[in-house]
Amino acid sequence: MNIQSILIIAGKEFRDAKRSRWFLIISLLFAILALALSLLGLAGLGSIGVAGFSRTAASLLNLVLLIVPLMSLLLGAMSVASEREQGTLVTLLAQPVTSSEVLLGKFLGTASALTATILLGFGLSGLVISWYGDIAELRSYLVLVGFTVLLGLASLSVGFCISIFAHKSTAAVGVALFFWFLFLFLSDLGLMGMSIVFRLPPKYLLWLTALNPPEAFKLAVIGALHGGLEVFGVAGRYAMDVFGDWFVLFLGGILTLWIFLPLASALWLFRTKCTD
Amino acid sequence: MREEMILEVKKLTKRYGKLKALDQVSFEVRAGESIALWGTNGAGKTTLLRSVLGIIPYEGEIEVMGFRVASQGKEVRRRIGYIPQEIRFHGDQTVWETISFYSRLRNVPFSEAEELLSDWGLDGIQHQRVQTLSGGMKQKLGLVIALLSNPPILLMDEPTSNLDVNARYEFHLLLEELKHSGKTFIFCSHRASEVLKFADRIVVLKSGVKLLDGKPKEVKDYLKGETLRRLLDEGVSVLDFEVESKLR
Repeated sequence: MNIQSILIIAGKEFRDAKRSRWFLIISLLFAILALALSLLGLAGLGSIGVAGFSRTAASLLNLVLLIVPLMSLLLGAMSVASEREQGTLVTLLAQPVTSSEVLLGKFLGTASALTATILLGFGLSGLVISWYGDIAELRSYLVLVGFTVLLGLASLSVGFCISIFAHKSTAAVGVALFFWFLFLFLSDLGLMGMSIVFRLPPKYLLWLTALNPPEAFKLAVIGALHGGLEVFGVAGRYAMDVFGDWFVLFLGGILTLWIFLPLASALWLFRTKCTD
Repeated sequence: MREEMILEVKKLTKRYGKLKALDQVSFEVRAGESIALWGTNGAGKTTLLRSVLGIIPYEGEIEVMGFRVASQGKEVRRRIGYIPQEIRFHGDQTVWETISFYSRLRNVPFSEAEELLSDWGLDGIQHQRVQTLSGGMKQKLGLVIALLSNPPILLMDEPTSNLDVNARYEFHLLLEELKHSGKTFIFCSHRASEVLKFADRIVVLKSGVKLLDGKPKEVKDYLKGETLRRLLDEGVSVLDFEVESKLR
């Protein structure tokens, strides 16, 4: 594996993302919404103070849950599928590079652009919070930022996996939207239904919840804000009993697995499938 | 493998599900030779070129200059310049960005790439966006990219099919120059004139099977036979072949 080739492709992907109108609009939207939510969250209290951050963080959490997986899934899903559709993939693969270098380069470049967007949005909002809020809340804020990046990369990785299968970018976008819907809505509804019908014990409920990337993100951030998972009821108390203060790391580990496993599958599939 | 052998294809088979796009195709190419892959749409020409490049999985064996495509694809691609049927670039990039990207991937100093651009008459359009180039210019740019790092082998997939008469004529002149410089050509074409002009040998494919492998004259003689005449349809029609021969 040649690192230089990966970096060359990653650099091109990063520049392409910066130029993409669609990506710029979403990034701008995310930054504006994050900034607006921070200002509204703080101003809504009537007085600016320590309590401001929790409210702002809760609003930002919901914004992240909606926008970041959607943006990342779409970016990932379009990556290989659109190149294949446009016919540029063949020219790229005909160069002295391996399919793994191409895919890793594309992932690295897109992941950098995505991370830059997330950091820009949170940077603006962080400035507002630190200006009016309490610096003591910094740790919780960093957990929110860190887990947002993890959630973004995990969704991007799933998007790349989708992209390998899809021959047309429209199909890739369709499947990505389905996964977004599945992650955000069906899993919640499904879990609620299952827990009632099968009377799921807390252990299974916790695992089923934590294995869904947006849910793992939500658990980690709310847990960090409240200093524990008791707010999630029986499953939360069970998680605290089992993992104690390590639950944030445990959830971070799950999201990291969501980055590496789909990416590894995408690499394997791309190597065996390539331009077929 | 003998020293002068630059490409060896042995029992190449490619399946797409139940369909065999290539079926036990074997042939060899010597250094400096120019081979035309001839056949109708779906004959397996593009699949064969992509297999030689190692960008699709296949059964059988392919060796390029002593390197096995299946396990040493990167080394193989270092020695091959490829021009696809419809050359596509990232449209929002300029010619300079495009060349810079591919020259870095091929580990070629940009000064050499610039020289190549100038040699092929593209030095005045470096800051133009690729999407604004004409078909002929795009194809020329594709050729420049294929020639970065001066590979000894050129694979071309219907390189002139999307060009108008003038652009095609100009492209033919470039190819002629390259042929005289000793490059090995493996190309697909529907055009009999192109095949006759550039091919030292013709490999005729039909539904993934190699029907013939011979010099243009031998292929023409074979084509007089009714059996083969029936096997080939209008894409490689005998009439076209003969008319073009007379024009030669």
